[in-house]
Amino acid sequence: MAKGESVPGSDIPAGGFVQLLTPDGERIDSVTTADGATYSVDFTDEEYRGLYRDLVTVRRLDTEATALQRQGELGIWASLLGQEAAQVGSGRALRSQDMAFPTYREHGVLYCRGIDPIMPFGLFRGVDQGGWDPNEFKFNTYTIVIGSQTLHATGYAMGVTMDGKTGSPDGEAVIAYFGDGATSQGEVNESFVWSGVFNAPIVFFCQNNQYAISEPLERQTRVPLYQRAGGYGFPGIRVDGNDVLATYAVTRAALDNARNGQGPTLIEAYTYRMGAHTSSDDPTRYRNAGEVEAWKAKDPISRLKAFLTKQKVAKKDFFTEVDEDANKQALALRERVLAMPDPQPVTLFDNVYPNGSPEIDAQRKAFIEYQASFEGSGH
Amino acid sequence: MSRIKEFNLPDLGEGLTEGEILAWLVKVGDTIELNQPIVEVETAKAAVEIPAKWGGVVTRIFHEAGTVVEVGMPIIAIDTDPSAGPAGPSDTPGDGTSADPEAGLIGGPAPGGRTAILVGYGPKTTTAKRRARIGTPSASPTAATPTPPPAAAAGSPAAPVAVVPAPVAQPVAPPAPVSPEPVLASPEPALLSPAPAGRTGPVLAKPPVRKLARDLGVDLAAITGTGPMGSVTREDVQRAAEGLAAEGTAQTVTVERTPATTVLDGSREQRIPVKGVRKLTAENMVASAFTAPHVTEFLTVDVTRSMKVLEKLKARPEFAETRISPLLLVAKAVLLAVKRNPMVNSTWSGSTGEIVVKDYVNLGIAAATQRGLIVPNVKDAGRLTLRELAEALNTLVLTAKSGKTPPSDMTGGTLSITNVGVFGIDTGTPILPPGESAILAFGAIRPTPWVHKGKIKVRQVTTLGLSFDHRIIDGELGSRFLRDVGTFLEDPEAAMLSWT
Repeated sequence: MAKGESVPGSDIPAGGFVQLLTPDGERIDSVTTADGATYSVDFTDEEYRGLYRDLVTVRRLDTEATALQRQGELGIWASLLGQEAAQVGSGRALRSQDMAFPTYREHGVLYCRGIDPIMPFGLFRGVDQGGWDPNEFKFNTYTIVIGSQTLHATGYAMGVTMDGKTGSPDGEAVIAYFGDGATSQGEVNESFVWSGVFNAPIVFFCQNNQYAISEPLERQTRVPLYQRAGGYGFPGIRVDGNDVLATYAVTRAALDNARNGQGPTLIEAYTYRMGAHTSSDDPTRYRNAGEVEAWKAKDPISRLKAFLTKQKVAKKDFFTEVDEDANKQALALRERVLAMPDPQPVTLFDNVYPNGSPEIDAQRKAFIEYQASFEGSGH
Repeated sequence: MSRIKEFNLPDLGEGLTEGEILAWLVKVGDTIELNQPIVEVETAKAAVEIPAKWGGVVTRIFHEAGTVVEVGMPIIAIDTDPSAGPAGPSDTPGDGTSADPEAGLIGGPAPGGRTAILVGYGPKTTTAKRRARIGTPSASPTAATPTPPPAAAAGSPAAPVAVVPAPVAQPVAPPAPVSPEPVLASPEPALLSPAPAGRTGPVLAKPPVRKLARDLGVDLAAITGTGPMGSVTREDVQRAAEGLAAEGTAQTVTVERTPATTVLDGSREQRIPVKGVRKLTAENMVASAFTAPHVTEFLTVDVTRSMKVLEKLKARPEFAETRISPLLLVAKAVLLAVKRNPMVNSTWSGSTGEIVVKDYVNLGIAAATQRGLIVPNVKDAGRLTLRELAEALNTLVLTAKSGKTPPSDMTGGTLSITNVGVFGIDTGTPILPPGESAILAFGAIRPTPWVHKGKIKVRQVTTLGLSFDHRIIDGELGSRFLRDVGTFLEDPEAAMLSWT
């Protein structure tokens, strides 16, 4: 049995997972799984500090978004609290040519892709469609319908193969994000079938945060989720999703397999949603405080901080500076969200067709006239 | 220079119309920071903390805890620049006292606090305030006019456009022959035309309104709709139902009472929404009462010696700082009796087909709080010394009374005590908290004539009531456990010496 895997204990799920950094901040050099794959990371001090900065910034921005929702400035918010390591670890493992397909919670991956964090806020504030150019950032728009993005990702990945962009170390890979609840969806299973059969260059990245809104994992599956991959004919692996190092290592390896033409991998990042499913949800109604407390002890940020401190990679000044910088970014984000203009009703005719259409143009014209028929100006 | 800003209650979920203020975390005069939690609000969906939208000084709190506030109403005012000296009340642009009660309302007020919709903000159920069209009569086509009784609706002058002769709607009259000629052509585009005074097609009403009509026994066809396109609105149905009720009473009322409506309209009934702790308690009690077969046994004991021991303890330096009460000795008695009868401290696990016997006692104490009954527990109480136990109990009760019991204190209880004696009650048949197998009711201690050493004396006597889960605990075990608790309370010193 490999070190770091299948260690019995309350912190590690039955069947084990790949872990390179324990909740106490102890570093495990490398992990070799039963199929002979070895996982490790070799970061410079600067890279370690960079990961820490990512985690803290992403959490701080998320906290600000939650506050904005509570203050009536956002219609809804899906918090990533607790899942920072799974998102930053996998997001930083992506290379510039790789394409990512997110759900509506991947704010951390979005951040790692270099997208302005303000981008999704138009959607959650209800003032625009929340769009960015997926091709520019290699990051698809947020997908609300559970699991549907795995089909888009599979089709995209099959296209990558058809374009002949796989089969080399510099090939392209695709990553599809989804949650534990989505594994019960037909779309996800269809994606598994097609990707397996066509050897698509895709990584299925499942953040198992233990709850599909209020449904616990045991109502989704009788076997660990990563084991499902075997039935579709590709490898599955479970990683400690609260360990940014292990998540990075496992995702990097799976993406490299995909870009080299080795086909799909299912990664189950074992993590926990510390907050509510969305701001409309009250998790205290379906899970107990003791469980949340137990997961608090496995926090992704505190374990990396403990490691950096122990290894003397970072000192107090650094941590303070990171906190202050994240705070500044959060306040700037707040100002920008509050300054977002309300849309004009007529903009609802925009973005229907890429190059316009006579029918839509006529409707827009009629609508403008109709609006002008009211007393007073504006809308 | 409006530096005093009012914060309105936002829609905290999707389509909520109101929230109940549970507790204020700040008070007038407090200096607060941006995003500092200021208030706990419970909605139909969740109880949440709201963070402050601005830093500054709290100048006004509009609603006390316990108030149900509509979304969009101001709840707190904050002076965002207190260093600039006192701010006059005129600085407040939309002072809550003069605020339009309709301001910012999303959807309409609905029973249960939300508009029944799946997602999004849902339909407005209130009458829309629509701007006038240029070149049309200024009277708003959708303005709600007092609805005349159905029979008088024919040719109603309030109807702005009467295209068809209005049929005289009668509940029993077949509608078809009344309308001589269905004229569909209308001078205005149909989509935005005001309601025609007469109906030619089927009754227009939204499904929830149809259900309401069915529930209230109102015939939709008999109502003249005041909604868009002549559709029947919720208000129309309610008005019609009131009419029916009045009719009904008029027929059945007897000579003794003339204002009979006050008897039947529910004005003397108070309706309290079931939510929060009350809801949880109800669910727990029903689940427990109908899952675990309860047996209750009683034992009346002479606790005179316990009371003396309590006095002795109070005099000891170890307890100089600690308040102690008879509950402490009852708790100790229960903990020692569990040690002698471990099966009492167990859980029936139906899903695994097992009885889980616990080696630790998380001792629950039922506490009456402002928000309702809660049963926080002392974790691993069996390991505590008597003084530690006393302190833990005091902390537990004080925390519960102040409403600050954390959820972790309320989960994982293994066995509980309910101290009904503090209400002057002799005993009761308590219902088990879910997952627990025994609960002890501890009654009032009263001076009582009692046979003591062969003579009738006045002694301090109380009655214990023990409910237990008969799936796990047989009468014999339950009786032994209760007897042990009683034996301890009759002579704590001897029990301590012989059992520990």
